[in-house]
Amino acid sequence: MDRIPILKLRDLLLVTIQVDMHDRLAMQLQDELTARISETGARGVLIDISSLDIVDSFIGRMIANTAAMARVLDAETVLVGMQPAVAITLVELGLTLPGVRTALNVEKGMALLESATGQAEDLPDTDAGHTE
Amino acid sequence: MPVTRSEALELRSAADVVSVRQAVRTWAIEAGFSLVDQTKMVTAASEIARNTINYGGGGMATLELINDGSRRGLRVVFEDKGPGISDIQQAMTDHYTTGNGLGLGLGGAKRLVNEFHLSSRVGEGTRVVITRWK
Repeated sequence: MDRIPILKLRDLLLVTIQVDMHDRLAMQLQDELTARISETGARGVLIDISSLDIVDSFIGRMIANTAAMARVLDAETVLVGMQPAVAITLVELGLTLPGVRTALNVEKGMALLESATGQAEDLPDTDAGHTE
Repeated sequence: MPVTRSEALELRSAADVVSVRQAVRTWAIEAGFSLVDQTKMVTAASEIARNTINYGGGGMATLELINDGSRRGLRVVFEDKGPGISDIQQAMTDHYTTGNGLGLGLGGAKRLVNEFHLSSRVGEGTRVVITRWK
């Protein structure tokens, strides 16, 4: 049986979807991700779909549901690497993934998650508390 | 309309939806579609193939490379012998669903192709034909 690996890096979970997922595999990934967030106390989930050449309504729904479940479990989700042709098609299909944060690539997605989950401690602290 | 080539694929399980997506991709490339047009056609086929399985109880997808004299196109015919659709207009409406989907399948697929034809008889089955031209 196919399985999509979920990697843990500090308190983030990373998933790279590299296969053309059938519906059961997509549902399995959603369930496993939700379980791993709960087990590990992860604060962020990064889903890399740069290898996916289509996202249809089912996969789109899986991504949106995963993000919603993660939020309920106190974790942020960022979807990264969507191909332009996929983005064009998804919007025309009528799926705009409200509530799902996106970034162009893994690096930007990681930065977004780190700032969203308060992991930016190694950055120089610039006048915390001071307001202009 | 002259059909240059055709291939019929069975639609029984979730894995068959993936096979149809891959076949449509290959044929769309052969028809000379741009990447965006390939993606639209594959996505539309994925939506309808899923409906054929989930609502029609399975069926067939027939891919056809067509030529109307001035342009090439790809047509996919989905047929099932399921319960049929009693209210086609309602089924085509965005966000209407009888299952657990988003209800974007039919209406969404229609927006992704150049021609969309749905015919259905209650108790006999449903036939959906989608066509995209290069």
